[in-house]
Amino acid sequence: MSYKGQFRVWRGDSDGGSLEDFEVEVNEGEVVLDIIHRLQATQAPDLAVRWNCKAGKCGSCSAEVNGRPRLLCMTRMSLFDTDEVITVTPMRAFSIVRDLVTDVSYNYEKAREVQAFTPPKDLAPGEYRMQQVDVQRSQEFRKCIECFLCQDTCHVVRDHEENKLNFSGPRFLMRIAELEMHPLDTADRRDTAQDDHGLGYCNITKCCTEVCPENIKITDNALIPMKERVAGRRYDPVVWLGNKLFKRGK
Amino acid sequence: MTEVERHNFDVIVIGAGGAGLRAAIEARERGLSTAVICKSLFGKAHTVMAEGGCAASMGNANPNDSWQVHYRDTMRGGKFLNNWRMAELHAKEAPDRVWELETYGALFDRTEDGRISQRNFGGHTYPRLAHVGDRTGLELIRTMQQKIVSLQQEDKAEFGDYEAKLKVFHECAITELLKDDSGAISGAFGYWRESGRFVLFETGAIVMATGGIGKSFQVTSNSWEYTGDGHALALRTGASLINMEFVQFHPTGMVWPPSVKGILVTEGVRGDGGVLKNSEGERFMFRYVPDVFKGQYAETEEEADRWYTDPDNNRRTPDLLPRDEVARAINTEVKEGRGSPHGGVYLDIASRMPAEEIKRRLPSMYHQFKELADVDITAEPMEVGPTCHYVMGGIEVEPDTGESTVPGLFAAGECSGGMHGSNRLGGNSLSDLLVFGRRAGMGAATYVESLERRPVVLQSDIDGAARSALSPYEPAKSEGSRENPYTLHFELQQTMNELVGIIRTGEEIEQALGRLAEIRARVRNVVVEGHRQFNPGWHLALDLRNMMVVSESVAKAALLRTESRGGHTRDDYPMLDADWRNKLLVCRASGEDSVVPDVTVEPKDQVPMRQDLLELFELSELEKYYTEAELTTHPATEGDRA
Ligand SMILES: Cc1cc2nc3c(=O)[nH]c(=O)nc-3n(C[C@H](O)[C@H](O)[C@H](O)COP(=O)(O)OP(=O)(O)OC[C@H]3O[C@@H](n4cnc5c(N)ncnc54)[C@H](O)[C@@H]3O)c2cc1C
Ligand code: SF4
Ligand code: SF4
Ligand code: FES
Repeated sequence: MSYKGQFRVWRGDSDGGSLEDFEVEVNEGEVVLDIIHRLQATQAPDLAVRWNCKAGKCGSCSAEVNGRPRLLCMTRMSLFDTDEVITVTPMRAFSIVRDLVTDVSYNYEKAREVQAFTPPKDLAPGEYRMQQVDVQRSQEFRKCIECFLCQDTCHVVRDHEENKLNFSGPRFLMRIAELEMHPLDTADRRDTAQDDHGLGYCNITKCCTEVCPENIKITDNALIPMKERVAGRRYDPVVWLGNKLFKRGK
Repeated sequence: MTEVERHNFDVIVIGAGGAGLRAAIEARERGLSTAVICKSLFGKAHTVMAEGGCAASMGNANPNDSWQVHYRDTMRGGKFLNNWRMAELHAKEAPDRVWELETYGALFDRTEDGRISQRNFGGHTYPRLAHVGDRTGLELIRTMQQKIVSLQQEDKAEFGDYEAKLKVFHECAITELLKDDSGAISGAFGYWRESGRFVLFETGAIVMATGGIGKSFQVTSNSWEYTGDGHALALRTGASLINMEFVQFHPTGMVWPPSVKGILVTEGVRGDGGVLKNSEGERFMFRYVPDVFKGQYAETEEEADRWYTDPDNNRRTPDLLPRDEVARAINTEVKEGRGSPHGGVYLDIASRMPAEEIKRRLPSMYHQFKELADVDITAEPMEVGPTCHYVMGGIEVEPDTGESTVPGLFAAGECSGGMHGSNRLGGNSLSDLLVFGRRAGMGAATYVESLERRPVVLQSDIDGAARSALSPYEPAKSEGSRENPYTLHFELQQTMNELVGIIRTGEEIEQALGRLAEIRARVRNVVVEGHRQFNPGWHLALDLRNMMVVSESVAKAALLRTESRGGHTRDDYPMLDADWRNKLLVCRASGEDSVVPDVTVEPKDQVPMRQDLLELFELSELEKYYTEAELTTHPATEGDRA
């Protein structure tokens, strides 16, 4: 069942680097991260890669395999032909730290700018009542493991470093949508989504949805509804007022 | 003199899992400047992997639940070796800690009437686990991560700086705890993973929340972070570890393909109706109900199946016995030739409920088997077997404050010991993190506030720490002596798995100690290549020292305890021994080597359980665990006498 696989792995740091060729043993059932670990143990002990859980739960091992943003621990070798050369490169939208490790601080900065959950003042802990159907929408977005693959893919920032200033990316626009749809959140997040987080940059190409390892329907379920709410607020004062009153009434 | 980046905080928390984050929130809410330090990125700590849920007797699913019932279940699960005060605090405070998470923004699954839904789990009398599908740990981490952001936003509004009071240092590993000349904690020393540069945190108090030790075993559900750093650092600083012989092997880990061997299959599968079967299709757990649990579990398949819908009139299925019992049963089935093709047994949910319902209730399990093993769990059974999962042992602490035997050093979560006794119930860890994370945060804050002056870090300690961290870069002493950290790690894991694993014997443990001594000698000769920037070889070389110390603690304690209890099974002493029940084995560092010290183990008696707590149990149950002399104060005994 084992065979020798051909790999090209990007190695280098912020000063530059290049693809290096490796021939590595591949066994049945393995994932790309197994191969990277075998490289570390046998040929390249200082090869840098981020990982934690090796079970698709923590979102640490994001990189690009043959140009596609993926989790290394969930990419099975059986996806590829045995004679195929497999190229592993770091996420392109973020600057390089070393080898497959990139600087993802952009994401943490954006996370910090999203106004936190704003609970109702009159409810004590233990008094929260919410229906399953109402929490379900936000729960879908809370499946996010913060792998940042959607951020890496989105063309708004992938090759446009300058847009990072004004665009929080699909992950954090979705976070705003999550709070907006939280049954008990009391803040109105529509203006800030548009003005501070750059919702308007998104032209619903759905590339983010395609790479999400959690299969979250980022575009259809978070971004488009959020755009509709913003549109409602901006152009339809009646809807806006209604929403406002409705939220308060809760 | 070593150049280091310096920071100063009132409290530092090492670890950003559930326990660390909860501690940090508490210390910051008390107004103290607080740092959180973690090896991986913020939000990725091992807690994200927790699946099934968080135990708290809120009584939403069954109103008969109460802290007393939870307390009893916890003590039974730990075979009465638990620190009863911790188990009491845990049972009493868990509901408030869960509700508090809702005010931070958590969205748990709901009951019909809009409250938090609760699910069944092994060893819990009532449905008790608050959960979000099978990704509860992720919800906990994200919620507290977002709470920290929320506190930082408050600080930004007040002081103009997000990090004025609470700062996260991620991808930063601590290698040394420092004390002043009075023996009180003064700081922590470590390196940035990214640059390899050194960093010093000067502080009054440290909360250790570094999680477990599973990476010392070959087959484990644990992530790379679980190298026992907190256990080892505390030990080296003079703190004591207890209960290290108790290691939990979760009964259901994946067994195939080899590259995923050990990855967890949540107990929620059984809680929601999944059953274990051997190669003959038999539901074998009915044959494995031990004497101490006789009468508490269903005796027929029919009764077990009725229990899911009518728990008040039927007893629960033995598939949900505490984990140690189930893991041993699986081990026996496989050994006796009734295993599955890849050396496990079958876990069947496919034949028990409709495919759609399985996907809704257990989405990550569905996904995990589909993606990693090409198995559709809605159509075929899973193959599962035991995997090293959790360490009950840890830093010995004061139950109420989390303070260790070293002034200024506190601990909470998996790296602390006592709460779970000899075996942890599923779901009791997440609640433990919240209850004792908060308490350790408070304990540390109170301690710092009481300090008259801040302990000072000595330059010589900084130099020593730096030297020790850099020693793997020194050239090999001779050509043949050069050791590869990956090879040594593999040998260590193999030793622990094979010789100090789920079933132990005195002879094998002695053999393990021999091998460990040999590996220890070779650890000194580890040489790493390359530079200091994000160099995994170097990181492993440093982690290896901690795994060494921790493995020796486990093996030495396991050799001394000549009985079987919870997560410690001795084939040569297969019975529970009442004389051992009250004995803790306490590990301490000794010897010349300060980096990989020797470990000595000594027995110590526990404080007897408070009378009102003792009276929560029937005498007939206690008699299965306690010596006669210990039970003279129980009212039923006194009644006998009267
Ligand atoms: C797959 C799986 C499923 C589980 N499911 C459940 C469940 O359903 N219910 C339940 O109750 N329990 C469950 N558990 C157990 C539970 O998840 C853990 O016991 C718990 O999360 C441990 O939390 P912690 O806060 O103690 O540490 P962790 O979350 O492990 O965090 C440890 C932190 O310490 C940091 N750290 C470690 N060493 C250093 C160092 N040297 N320097 C700096 N930082 C360091 C790490 O980076 C990390 O941030 C599960 C465990 C696993 C493996
Ligand atoms: S849908 Fe929007 S956010 Fe997603 S990739 Fe396209 S532009 Fe980016
Ligand atoms: S939304 Fe999906 S792709 Fe984006 S960070 Fe979250 S899990 Fe990753
Ligand atoms: S290592 Fe956690 S998602 Fe890949």
